[in-house]
Amino acid sequence: MIAPQSLSTGRRATIAGVVFIVLLLVPAFAGTYQTQLLTYGLTLAIAALGFNLLLGYSGLLSFGHSAFLGAGAYAVAFMMRYLDIASMELFLLGGVAFSAVIAALFGVICVRHTRIFFAILTLALSQVLWTLAYKFFWITGGTDGIRVPFAKVTLLGGLVSFPGADAFPKFITSYYYYVLVIFALCAVLMWLIVHSPFGKTLQAIRDNETRARFLGVRIWRYRWLAFLVSGIFTGLAGALWVPLNGLVTPDVLYWPQSGKIVFFAVLGGFRNFSGPIVGAVVFNYLEVYAVALTEYWQLTLGVILIVLVTFLPAGIVGTAMRLTSRLKPRQAVSS
Amino acid sequence: MEIVALQVLNSLFYAAVLFLIAAGLSLIFGVMGIVNMAHGSFYALGAYVTAWSVVAASAALPTPALFLFLLLGAMAVGLVGLVIEPTLIRPFYRRPEEYQLLVTFGLLLVLEDVIRAVWGGAPLTAGRLVDSLGLIEIGGLPYPVYNLAMIGVGAVAALALWAFVYRTRFGVLLRATAQDRRMAAALGIDVGRIYVLAFGLGCFMAGLAGAIVVPSQAAVLGMGVEVLVMAFVVVVIGGLGSLEGALVGAIIVSALRTVTIQFWEEIELAALYLIAAIVLLIRPTGLFGRKS
Amino acid sequence: MSLLRTERLSKHFGDTRAVDGVDFRVNEGEFLSLVGTNGAGKTTLVNLISAFLFPDSGRIFIGERDITYSPVDDRIRAGIARSFQLVNLFDELTVLDNVALAIFAREGKTKRIFALAERDVAVTAEALDLLAQFGLGVKAQALAGGLAQGERKLLDVAVAYALRPKLLFLDEPTSGVSTREKAQIMDTVSAVVRGGKITAVVIEHDMDVVFKYSDRVVVMHEGRFLADGPPEDIRRNQDVATYLLGTDVAA
Repeated sequence: MIAPQSLSTGRRATIAGVVFIVLLLVPAFAGTYQTQLLTYGLTLAIAALGFNLLLGYSGLLSFGHSAFLGAGAYAVAFMMRYLDIASMELFLLGGVAFSAVIAALFGVICVRHTRIFFAILTLALSQVLWTLAYKFFWITGGTDGIRVPFAKVTLLGGLVSFPGADAFPKFITSYYYYVLVIFALCAVLMWLIVHSPFGKTLQAIRDNETRARFLGVRIWRYRWLAFLVSGIFTGLAGALWVPLNGLVTPDVLYWPQSGKIVFFAVLGGFRNFSGPIVGAVVFNYLEVYAVALTEYWQLTLGVILIVLVTFLPAGIVGTAMRLTSRLKPRQAVSS
Repeated sequence: MEIVALQVLNSLFYAAVLFLIAAGLSLIFGVMGIVNMAHGSFYALGAYVTAWSVVAASAALPTPALFLFLLLGAMAVGLVGLVIEPTLIRPFYRRPEEYQLLVTFGLLLVLEDVIRAVWGGAPLTAGRLVDSLGLIEIGGLPYPVYNLAMIGVGAVAALALWAFVYRTRFGVLLRATAQDRRMAAALGIDVGRIYVLAFGLGCFMAGLAGAIVVPSQAAVLGMGVEVLVMAFVVVVIGGLGSLEGALVGAIIVSALRTVTIQFWEEIELAALYLIAAIVLLIRPTGLFGRKS
Repeated sequence: MSLLRTERLSKHFGDTRAVDGVDFRVNEGEFLSLVGTNGAGKTTLVNLISAFLFPDSGRIFIGERDITYSPVDDRIRAGIARSFQLVNLFDELTVLDNVALAIFAREGKTKRIFALAERDVAVTAEALDLLAQFGLGVKAQALAGGLAQGERKLLDVAVAYALRPKLLFLDEPTSGVSTREKAQIMDTVSAVVRGGKITAVVIEHDMDVVFKYSDRVVVMHEGRFLADGPPEDIRRNQDVATYLLGTDVAA
């Protein structure tokens, strides 16, 4: 269940503030590699925020969010390759615009269906994009992809740039703060959205479509708008991810990428606002260290996923909240 | 003209494979209301098991005997299905659909890596079976007899499945359970048994599809997901849960695919999904779908 | 002046004539009960008027406007709201949010995306006031899914009422609750509805409830109207006694 406010809004804001301050201090005591890892994690967390507007708040499980991540990423790659653009702000704009177009189109087809059909359609449409990226190699570079070296990227309208081979640590530190600020803005924005009348309406539709219709709400418009917003957040994450990765290949559009985004939400707990954020960051560490330990990373993931949905459907955050509210039963309002 | 004949045959061969997979997917959905995301991986498993066993036994057995392994490969996958349903899937029938999708997605991840762990990354084939049947001239062009035979197998499988579902006592129980699980249970039908058998049968069919494909195309990593995406187009067009839909959908999809590959290969999947999207806009439950 | 009227309204399910050429009138300001045995066509009639179903033939007018085939949201704007026999709530939202949503929907505010719902003081105040009227004030912050059956029935009515309709249909607002709770629910509902000067049509099985609260009673049998009049007339009506009260006693 979406938490019946077991923590007050004020306390939540305090916790979020403390976490933000801790995150601000990370580069001061973590090395370049650790900072880089966390930057990846925060980028993915933005995608997870977008994804969960659909799964957690609208009850729609998308298996095709790689489409938006890829749309954002390829927008950046195309802008650099064909338009010689270097400004990250323009990249973000382009990534948002391109993913918005894709989400708007896919949304028209997908949101008329729910449940299983929605999942199938999102998966299928994302794979269409994947084959297009794969087969139109003269535009996309095919499996070789398009290189987007960080050294060619400038931040803040050209004020910050990273020339030279030894600029990588400087890039990571600067980019970390860049991503952190955007992440914080995204989190606040999404918090606002899910607590707005629009967000409540989505939850109402999720809980009871018929009754929502009998309040005069035109269901599919809301679902479409949620799909669009969700796609834009994920597209923004895709654009931010590109300079970190340095390369865009069709892999970013391939279904396992969508699977990962689903995983973020389930791991952290999709019935909590912060669940997918925690899930994305934790998943990123899990992936980096598990891949180093085992060759059978997908197997590990699969087993974790099965265990999670079978025994811990509330995810990390949901389970943690349940445990703390058990310690302090006074705070557990109804459920 | 001869080329067209060959293309028609190729497309029928592919339709037979797609039908087996989509029918299994639809059967499982129709009976227990679950979309099995791992269904394509069962197809891949069938292909790998068959190719591996054919290669392993080819020194010891005469070639005609090797054809038996097509059936054995399919049965092995069916057996895996019989184990997986009660252990993994059963706890999820009463839970929201997203969890059902997630658990089969977890299974997909596991199966993909199990296949990689057991058979490695190199392609595996059982081409010897195709070679042993030789070629036949169709309008002056050579065509493998094996492919013709497998189109026959597909047709027989479709008939057998139809007879099984509509003409046997078990088929009646199956359809009753699909219609109304609670009512069926109240009438004394052992719903648990129906579920496990339906799941096993669906997996068997996916395995059979993999088995008949692998002599003519190599088993490769990722083949499961590729075919899953195709099977989704089939059931979206034909109607999820309908066997007739799976048949008609498979024929439509493979024909379209043959045509697009011939003329503009890059847009193959995009064209298929465009058609699927149009079908969905006109008939949201597919050509043969029931209203839920 | 009738608020709503149907002309020869019909809906068949296979061979069953659920609603069979019904001419129905609802007058402004009345509290009307729709009664009949199971399968008499009461819920189908309400479903047709609220656009849950569409008729095979006949017309529906609100005032002078033909709304026979207009969609749900259109009818809600025209002032028709309904509650449901099987309680239909937003179970994972709070009781307050359930009612607030109806108010947001009524005021066309559900598309507001960059404003906190709880900061809309006017809506929150109205929702709390409404909940207090329905006796649910203390439950405002509880999840709707956690309410007791009687409270759920009341909230269901409150959500429909929050749309401020001209005409409110209540489909068995007291089904599935104890006899003692029934009176409590009907007292509350009739007080709020009459206080709000809203016209209401109630589907009800319990004849004691019907006779006590209604201004007018319409009796349905096999898709048609059997009787129509003030409660005291219906009580004396011989046909009604045979078809309705008779079967009730026998059952």
